[in-house]
Amino acid sequence: MANVLVYAETRGAALRKLALEAVTAARALADASGGGEVHALVAGPSGVGAASEQLGAYGADVVYVVEHAALSNFERESIAATLADRAKQGGYRAVVLGFSTQGRDLGPRLAVKLDAPIASDVTEINVAGDAIVVKHPGYANKVLVTLTLSGSLVVLSVRPGAITAKQAARSARVESIQPAVDPSASRVVVKQVVEGAKGRPDLGEAPVIVAGGRGLKAAENFKLVEELADAFGNAAVGATRAVTDDGWRPHSDQIGQTGRQVSPQLYVAIGISGAIQHLAGMRTSKTIVAINKDKDAPIFKVADYGIVGDVLEVVPALTTAVKAARASH
Amino acid sequence: MGAPAVKIAVCIKRTPDSESRFRIASSGVAIDEAGLKFDIDDFAGYAVEAALQINEKGGGGETVVVAVGPDSVQESLRKAMSMGADRAVQLKVDSVPADGLAVAKALAAELKDGGYDLILFGKHAFDTSAGVVGTATAELLGLPCVTAVSQLDVASGRGSARRELEGAAELVEFPLPAVVTIDEGVARPRYPSLKGIMAAKKKPLESKPAQLGAVRVSVQKAELPPERPAGRIIGEGASAVPELVRLLQSEAKVL
Ligand SMILES: Cc1cc2nc3c(=O)[nH]c(=O)nc-3n(C[C@H](O)[C@H](O)[C@H](O)COP(=O)(O)OP(=O)(O)OC[C@H]3O[C@@H](n4cnc5c(N)ncnc54)[C@H](O)[C@@H]3O)c2cc1C
Ligand SMILES: Nc1ncnc2c1ncn2[C@@H]1O[C@H](COP(=O)(O)O)[C@@H](O)[C@H]1O
Repeated sequence: MANVLVYAETRGAALRKLALEAVTAARALADASGGGEVHALVAGPSGVGAASEQLGAYGADVVYVVEHAALSNFERESIAATLADRAKQGGYRAVVLGFSTQGRDLGPRLAVKLDAPIASDVTEINVAGDAIVVKHPGYANKVLVTLTLSGSLVVLSVRPGAITAKQAARSARVESIQPAVDPSASRVVVKQVVEGAKGRPDLGEAPVIVAGGRGLKAAENFKLVEELADAFGNAAVGATRAVTDDGWRPHSDQIGQTGRQVSPQLYVAIGISGAIQHLAGMRTSKTIVAINKDKDAPIFKVADYGIVGDVLEVVPALTTAVKAARASH
Repeated sequence: MGAPAVKIAVCIKRTPDSESRFRIASSGVAIDEAGLKFDIDDFAGYAVEAALQINEKGGGGETVVVAVGPDSVQESLRKAMSMGADRAVQLKVDSVPADGLAVAKALAAELKDGGYDLILFGKHAFDTSAGVVGTATAELLGLPCVTAVSQLDVASGRGSARRELEGAAELVEFPLPAVVTIDEGVARPRYPSLKGIMAAKKKPLESKPAQLGAVRVSVQKAELPPERPAGRIIGEGASAVPELVRLLQSEAKVL
């Protein structure tokens, strides 16, 4: 029997979807390790402890709440130290995180603090005797790698969207703990936050992504992409490197090998050729729609539904039709 | 007088060209390397460029490139020197393990007493797609770490950077020495000039055994992911939109 510690990431005071996915992964791992407990740690400003109930509903037996005014920013040095302290209390088989900006930063720090082997961006976790075996898409999603981790404690970060969050009703015991090091003492000082698009879900979590490429011809025409995203209601906006290089959109919108890697339910590619580096970031999307005037564009090789045509004509028509379809139910 | 000289280490990995079509080796645990082109990993290439620009702007300093790997990494180290790096260190292993923490330990052992002001990494390597080695090295050395940086400046003993987040960015400041992992956004890596290539032949490349320690992560299997079913074109122009909406509703069930 062994317990699993999971970092339940929040945005504002709300749990992120990937936090519930990580709890689900931790629950399954604890069950497979002989029925251990899942301990979730949630950190943030005062009030963040309200997430405990939901964490219990998804399978946490214990929730450690770290509330501190300075934690309204993600204070990585302090959170890493607090998680490591907790993990050292013993009895843990694994620390599980989401592979987000936060998880990417915390994972390697924990691996060092705990001297534990780490696997990043995993899509599947299994127990095989004394080892933990994970699947991880490497080579920018082109090669699926199965990794074996030895060691009594391991650190795993889970790819957002790869594991479906499942309820597993428990009523979590809640315990308040102090940050292990002062969160306001960070050596790296944030001078300014440059916000991206407001009011849209993050690319890593959005069920629908509408992405635009150079085929839109001019920065102004990107509003067609925005309007289609608005019509879907729950869509994020993405872009190709051609577009972010030209400054039509910020770098944070870039999808592909050197940008974000996404797997939404629906990906709509508008005026995108489908270069291999772009495909590396979106080819695992469930359904792909492409609109391009060139019938031989490589994007059509991966598109479930392609329309050959001018984006300036097709996209407004699609926006109107999507609005109508959503209004009728 | 320019800014004070900065001593920079850049950790580089050698990886196959990302545009390659991969096949699995007969061992079943690696890709088949036959016929593949290898080069400095994309993000590490950006890191080399960032280091060279900082030292060019400062009018001095030193850029040292470091790689853990078999002798084939010497080619990548030479390339970085032909771009302008001053010297290179190979930390020799027969093959680079899939254990990012082990690689970080080897790098930290080498960098610990090197007197570096700045240690640069790529934000992640193409092959591992993991993003572990840079942050783990920082933690091993006890240095501040700034990840996914798309702009980097150094002035009077402090660094300032733009860090890319999910859907946003941060402008941060930090004391040196520090570790920074580089995202796209800094200038594209330069091509070596002929003069650079000639000069690189005479620059020092030191080779010594890597102190990896225990390797606890290993590849059990490598496979190609399932192909997507072939795409299909459903029509032309705006007249195809109703059919698309119908399919999104009834077949894909996403609307
Ligand atoms: C190391 C490396 C890393 C890279 N990383 C990334 C990455 O992370 N993400 C990424 O996206 N790219 C990346 N790239 C760049 C990539 O190779 C392509 O250059 C880029 O994706 C092309 O963007 P695009 O499709 O917008 O533009 P283009 O390739 O120029 O395609 C524009 C498309 O629009 C179509 N079009 C034109 N006009 C219209 C119209 N009126 N109506 C409809 N269609 C029209 C054209 O037929 C064409 O297919 C990388 C490249 C390298 C070398
Ligand atoms: N074998 C290696 N030798 C030197 N640097 C490396 C090595 N492996 C990884 N790195 C550095 O660490 C970064 C992140 O690698 P990874 O953690 O594997 O994604 C790379 O971009 C390189 O800068």
